[in-house]
Formats: sequence, C-alpha cells, structure tokens
Amino acid sequence: MQVNENFEPVIVAFCCNWCSYAGADLSGTNRLNYPANVKIIRVPCSCRVNPMFILRAFQRGADGVIICGCHPGDCHYTSGNYFTRRRITLLYSMLDFLGIERNRTRLEWVSAAEGAKFAAVMNQFVEDVKKLGPNRRLEDLRCRKQ
Amino acid sequence: MQRIGVFVCHCGTNIAATVDVKAVAEALSHEPGVVVSQDYQYMCSESGQELVKNAIKEHGLTGVVICSCSPRMHENTFRKAAASAGLNPYLVEIANIREQCSWIHKDIASATDKAIILGKAAVAKVHLNAPLTAGESPVVKRALVIGGGIAGIQTALDIAEAGFDVDIVEKEPTIGGKMAQIDKTFPTLDCAACILTPKMVEASQNEHITIHSFSEVSDVKGFVGNFTVTIKKKARYVDETKCTGCGLCTEKCPMKKVPNEFNMGLDNRTAVYIPFAQAVPKVATIDPNYCMMLKNGKCGVCSKVCSVGAIDYKQTDKFIEQKYGAIVVATGFNPIKLDKYDEFAYSCCPDVVTSLELERLMNAAGPNGGTLLRPSDKTHPHTIVFVQCVGSRCDDEKGKPYCSKICCMYTAKHAMLIREKYPDTEVYVFYIDVRTPGKNFDEFYRRAVEQYNVHYIKGMVGKVTPKADGKIDVQASDLLANEQLHINADMVVLAAAIEPDKTARPLATMLTTQMDTNDFFTEAHPKLRPVESATAGIFLSGACQGPKDIPETVAQASAAAAKAIGLLCKNSITCNPCVAHSDELMCNGCSACEKVCPYGAITYQDKEFRMPDRSTAIRRVASVNPAVCQGCGACTVACPSGAMDLNGFSNSQIMAEVDAICK
Amino acid sequence: MNKNEKDWIDITSGVNVRKCMRCGKCSATCPSYDEMEYHPHQFVYMVEKGDIEPLLNSKSLYKCLTCFACVERCPRGVEPAKVIEAVRLTAVRKQGNNHLLPDQIPDMLDDDLPQQAIVTAFRKYTK
Repeated sequence: MQVNENFEPVIVAFCCNWCSYAGADLSGTNRLNYPANVKIIRVPCSCRVNPMFILRAFQRGADGVIICGCHPGDCHYTSGNYFTRRRITLLYSMLDFLGIERNRTRLEWVSAAEGAKFAAVMNQFVEDVKKLGPNRRLEDLRCRKQ
Repeated sequence: MQRIGVFVCHCGTNIAATVDVKAVAEALSHEPGVVVSQDYQYMCSESGQELVKNAIKEHGLTGVVICSCSPRMHENTFRKAAASAGLNPYLVEIANIREQCSWIHKDIASATDKAIILGKAAVAKVHLNAPLTAGESPVVKRALVIGGGIAGIQTALDIAEAGFDVDIVEKEPTIGGKMAQIDKTFPTLDCAACILTPKMVEASQNEHITIHSFSEVSDVKGFVGNFTVTIKKKARYVDETKCTGCGLCTEKCPMKKVPNEFNMGLDNRTAVYIPFAQAVPKVATIDPNYCMMLKNGKCGVCSKVCSVGAIDYKQTDKFIEQKYGAIVVATGFNPIKLDKYDEFAYSCCPDVVTSLELERLMNAAGPNGGTLLRPSDKTHPHTIVFVQCVGSRCDDEKGKPYCSKICCMYTAKHAMLIREKYPDTEVYVFYIDVRTPGKNFDEFYRRAVEQYNVHYIKGMVGKVTPKADGKIDVQASDLLANEQLHINADMVVLAAAIEPDKTARPLATMLTTQMDTNDFFTEAHPKLRPVESATAGIFLSGACQGPKDIPETVAQASAAAAKAIGLLCKNSITCNPCVAHSDELMCNGCSACEKVCPYGAITYQDKEFRMPDRSTAIRRVASVNPAVCQGCGACTVACPSGAMDLNGFSNSQIMAEVDAICK
Repeated sequence: MNKNEKDWIDITSGVNVRKCMRCGKCSATCPSYDEMEYHPHQFVYMVEKGDIEPLLNSKSLYKCLTCFACVERCPRGVEPAKVIEAVRLTAVRKQGNNHLLPDQIPDMLDDDLPQQAIVTAFRKYTK
C-alpha cells in the first residue's frame, strides 16, 4: 500500500469531562505537543459516546476516532467507563465484520493527571492512522463538501 | 433564525502567538447564523465580559460562542455574564483554543485551521442548544443516622448542634456500638466508657435527637433532600415509654443461661436484659428466643415484678415512616468469624480468644470483674501469646485482602496493660509488620517494647495445640533468629481482621450507594470527597467506609456531619440541568435505561396516550428524576428506541460537532 | 545466579513467589523445620531473588515431606511446597549432578516417620 507522506488524517477524540478532557488541558498547560489533526469533543462521560457517533464520524470522513475515559474503577459516575468498554468491544466486532481496520478506533484510559500520557497516546494514534491511510470504506462521499 | 455571537480571545499572546485570532473571527463570521464575530485581548476581563453582554443586548443574540481557554476555567464566568445580559446561561458554548490548540501547536497555519474548526463545531453545537433551567427541589430539614456507635453518635450530636433534627437508628437495644465494649483506648490508655457514656447520655438528652434503638431501616425511597425512610422498630416486649430501667425484671428472670453477646458470650445473661449498666436508652428487652413466656406461655415473672407495668408480651414489630433530607451511614464493623482458621484452635480451645473477647475479660464490668483469668479454669495466665494479622492481609480465599489497621495498636495496648497489671506475665507478640502510623502511635508501640518488655517477634504462628495439662503449645517461626519456636502458653489472643457489618450490603442496595468487594462503602472520591457517597445526600461515617480507629472515626463522623449540615442548611437544592430526559412518545418501556443507571434515577409509570386512531392506550414509559440524575448519559446509549437524550450534550448536538469537525 | 533456572522454577511450580509477604507462617507450621538448612520461607525468598544454586546443593530439598501444611496455612496463597518441589525437580533433572543417589536413601530414612512419608507420596501423586 502506498503511503502518502502528505496525508493529514482527520481525528475525532471524545474525551470525558472529568478525566481525559482535563488530561488534555494538562498536556496543553505543560506545552506537550501532539498533532493538530486531533479535535476534541467534550462529553460528560465516556459512556455518553454512542457507537453511532463513531460511525457518523467515519461516515463524514473522519480517519480515526479515539474515545478517552477514566481508568476502570475511577469513573466519576462509578460505572460509566465499564459500559463504554463493553460497547466498544461490541463495536470492534462489528467493524471487524465489516472489514474496517480496527486500529482506526481506539479506547484509552487517561486520567486528569496524565497530560503526558494524553499527548503520547495522541501522537501514537495519529501515527497509526497515518499508516492506515485515508478512511475510504466508511466515508459517504455524498456528505463531502466541495 | 438563530442569532449567534462569536468572541475570540487573544489571551494576551497565549492564544494570539500561535493562532491568527483575526482570521478565526473572520472565518467564523461566515458560519450560518453568526451575526457578530469579534476578537478581544482578554475576554474574561471585566471589559471583555462587557463586550459580550453589550453584543447580546445590541444584536439580540440567541447563542454565544467564546473561543478561549478551557471551559473548565471560565465556562461559569461567561455563563454568568450571559445570564446578567438576559440570555439563558446554557446558550453559551466554549471552544477550547488555548489548552487544546495554541499551547500544543507551534505551526501558526495548522493551529489557526484547528481553531477555526473547533469554533465551527461550537457554532454548530450552539445552534442546537436549548435554554435550560436548573430545577430546584426542597430539602427536608431532618437527618437520619444509621448506626449508633461512636461514629453515629458523634455525627448526630454535631448535626443536632447545628439545630437540625436527627434520628439515630440502632439495631441493638442500646447505642454505643463497639466502643462500649472496649476497656481502654490507645494511645492514651484512658477508659473508653468514661469518654463514651457521657456522649451517649448527651445524645439521649438532646432535644433534637431521637434514638430508635432495637430498630432497622427497612426501606428507603426518594432522593437527596427528600428521602422517605421506613424504620422497623422490632418488638422488644417492653413499653419503652413506661420502663424505668430499674432492672428488677432482669434480676428475677428465671431463664439465666443466655449467652451474653455484650460480653462476647463469655458469660450469661437473663432472657429479659439490659445490655450493660450505662445502656442508652436504659430500657429492658426480652429475647424471644429464650423467654419461656413467649416460647410456651409459662412464666410471666417479669410482668409480675414490674411496678410500672411496662412488660407487654403482645408487642409486635412497628413500622414508622419518616422524611429526611440527608442520610448518614455509620454501620460500623465486626471482627470476622475465626472458625475456618483451624490452626489457631479457636473453636476447640476456650483459652484461645479474640482481642475483643480479651477486652471484655480485662474490663471491670466484664465477666471476671476486671481480673484477667483464663476462661477455661479461671486461673491467672502467666504466658500470653498475641497473634497479629489473623485473617487480614490474606489472599481472597484465605481471608480479607486489606490490613485491618487497628490491630497493631490494640495489641500493643493489650500487651502493655497486661504487663503493667501482671508483671509476672510474659507477653509475646508475633508480627509480620508493625504498622503504627498516627500521632503518638509509634511511640506507644516502642513503649510496649522498651518500657514494658513485651517480646515482639517477627514471624507468624503456624500451629496452636491445646495440651492435656491445660497449657497451649504455640509453634511459630522467628524469622530474624531463623528458628522455629515452641512457646508453652496459657492464653492465645488472636487479632482477628475486621469486616463491615452484615447489615451494610442490604442497606447499600436500599440506598443505591456503591460498595467495594469487601463490602466497605465507596466514597465519592478517595481523596477529595472522602465522607460523601457517590449518591447525593448519602454520607459515610466511621468504619463502614474502611477500617478506622476511634480518633479517625470521630474525625470522619464530624466531617460527615458538616457535609450533612451543609445540605440541610439549604432550603432547596439547585439541580444540574444537564440531565437525561425521556421522550415519552418514543419510549417503549423496555427498562434498558433503568438497568444502566448508577443512581436509580429512572422510574417507570403507566401513562395514557392518544393513538393515531383516536383511541387511548396506556403505555409504560420511563421518566427521569432530574434531582437524582447526575447526567452521565449511560442511559442515552442504552436506549434502543432513541427516546433518552441528555440536556446540554444531546445526540443532535454531538452529531453536529462531529459533522463540523469532519467536514 | 541463573535466570533460566528461576524462570524454569516459576513455570514448573506455577507459583508467583512475589505474592509472599514474608510472614513466615510456612516455616512456623513446617514439621521438618529443624531438619532443614533452608526453611520454607527461605526457599520462597531465595527463588524470588534468583539465588537458586545454594538450594540445589542443599539437603533441605529432600527433607521436605510435601505434607502441604505450608500450602494450607499460607495467607497469601504462595504454596511454598510447590516451590520446593520445583527446585527438587530442577536438581533431579540436572543429569549427573544428582545430589542424592538412590543407594544413599535407605540410610537416610527416618524410622519415626514412615507413615508420613507414605501419606506424602500419596498426596503428591494424587493431586
């Protein structure tokens, strides 16, 4: 597969308001770089992320979607991230069935104190998605502007 | 048509250095619905806020987007500014272009692009924002304390001090809990009863405190500020209002062979009993398992001797219902059962006792009147072996995985008291680690070793064997000397692990609070909210939350009281408006949402609906209690029909953000 | 120290020696403690450190009756008897370096403990 050096993926990140969104803020406060491809959407809890949102992002041309929640056992709402974990596992099996690369979707636990981890995770994820190339299988071309 | 104002902040050079703020303002001005798009040096400053307020009034804005720092920083500032200009505060959205853009990127072009996209996402979202009003719910000015040990008593006294009514529910006939059974307290060695009983009396005499002794919580409904609790007052067969606590019935009762649980079964009591002399309330209770009158109708001595006619054999369990604004859980702990540790011979040898039993044996009000005697032959013990960590720090099959925390200190206390009172007694303590953090605690333990010459041996007891001559062979390892010891002991004292009371788990289910795998209540935040449960309005006090000694228990009890008072002071509580709500027309009553809700905020009700053919039908639909819902959104994803949605983070809002980012 | 030997013992014993909290209850309960140069808790500790050579050359290996008292009593579920058994296997499998020759065994039998040895053998091979 040809790797396009100039390929800049569109990455949507869903971040839990209580942990990873604060973790993202912390990586900003510490000036830890990660690529501008990552755009964060704030959600009250990772369990607010409906798998539909992830599919919608792919349909609209996102190349990768990452969901960040609190570490297991640390959920602000006590059990939300467990639901997320199960839902994403189910989504994975559906994506596998459809033949969509599993690496385009990722679930990570990042706490409010882990600014460095947030940046590291984002750097790695963008790199992984760059290797995969653009998302062609799920994008709905009718939705594309231009 | 929406009229949206966009305000881009420079944050000095924090944003402006890497993001071309003018270009962002310019690009966002072409977004649909945007009528005004400005940039300013410091948006959060007084004049920056003035700019927003004026624009709201001047342009009649229906939505505001601020491109600035993290919403965690200034969301409230801008919401307040909008509210003061007459705009619903929940029509303000923040695009985070500082922490999540300018500070992490160096390239101006890509940072500006990203800032524009984040701004567009916020504009797309604010198009769908609905004005939200934070609901209010009234607070019942009365607190319930479950458990009447030192934790419960302290909490109740503190709440009563603030002028609120408090009810204590205690399952035993008297309040006092475990502390009432303890002889002396570490590290000061002052008498437990001398400091506890005045507090018990104070609680009973306080006009704001009602004590429901011999009672249990049987049902809890409602939510923060408005709980409805059903209390079961168990039949004690004695009229509490008439009984004077004279104790004549307990003297005359012919059934004298009932194991006395207050003395850990080391002596006997009568079927009608008052647990101990300083009991509060000092009222007799008849034990229906032993009372001959209640069992086969033959006796009635107590009712004959009672001068006030308080005995009532026909009494039944009574249920009372009461409303509370706050609930404090103080259910406390118990030592674990030691039956399964055969190696310590606890079940077969009366001279192997637990530490709590030793407390009673040494207590002046205990079975031996304060003289330490072997339970088997009532002789004075000359060699006593203490075993630490019995059932604590084990893997899950063998016992409790946690450190019970108090054992190191009370064992040092026991060893010291014995050496002081009976200097001819040799005391051995087998320890794995001596854990004595706390004010004056390590000094206390060192005093036991240095002044009182208690033999501390690093190692564990492997086998306790009662011998024919009444002595006990204790086989143990001394790890530092690297040898195996045999001690010919007279008594063995086991520092049994402590566990939460058995009533805690059913209670947690009633209260919809969380517990850990050991049945300790889980606090809302292990560092920052240690006395609150994750369920609003439920507070934790004492050892029900984790192993604790008395000073820590009292500190936590007062902290829980302070939190409860903070709640009771309010006439009503403002609810977070970003809560879930169900579209009743779409809901099919499947219960999927109820199952995932961690707060029990979702209930179902049958409602009448008009069908397309103009008939009416009754359908089961979900409804969310906004006072209980915390807005996590778990239910919105669980809902198969899409009826559940979350205010402030609705499906359409998040989709709009996704679309704006992906375009 | 031989890292491979340690790994091998970890695998054959199936025991996580790092679970040990050094309480010494295994040694406190061991019936053949006095016969041993290295005691059960030392076996666990030395295997954890990877200090296996002295154990392989010690007679203590053959003093363990595999009575499983230590396994039964260990609060952390470390199972010292299995560690000792694994060390013993390591020694046995070192061809030519056998510490004990079958001919030497009759002299070493302890007259006081015949039943225990039989019980041990049954326990060991029926588990």
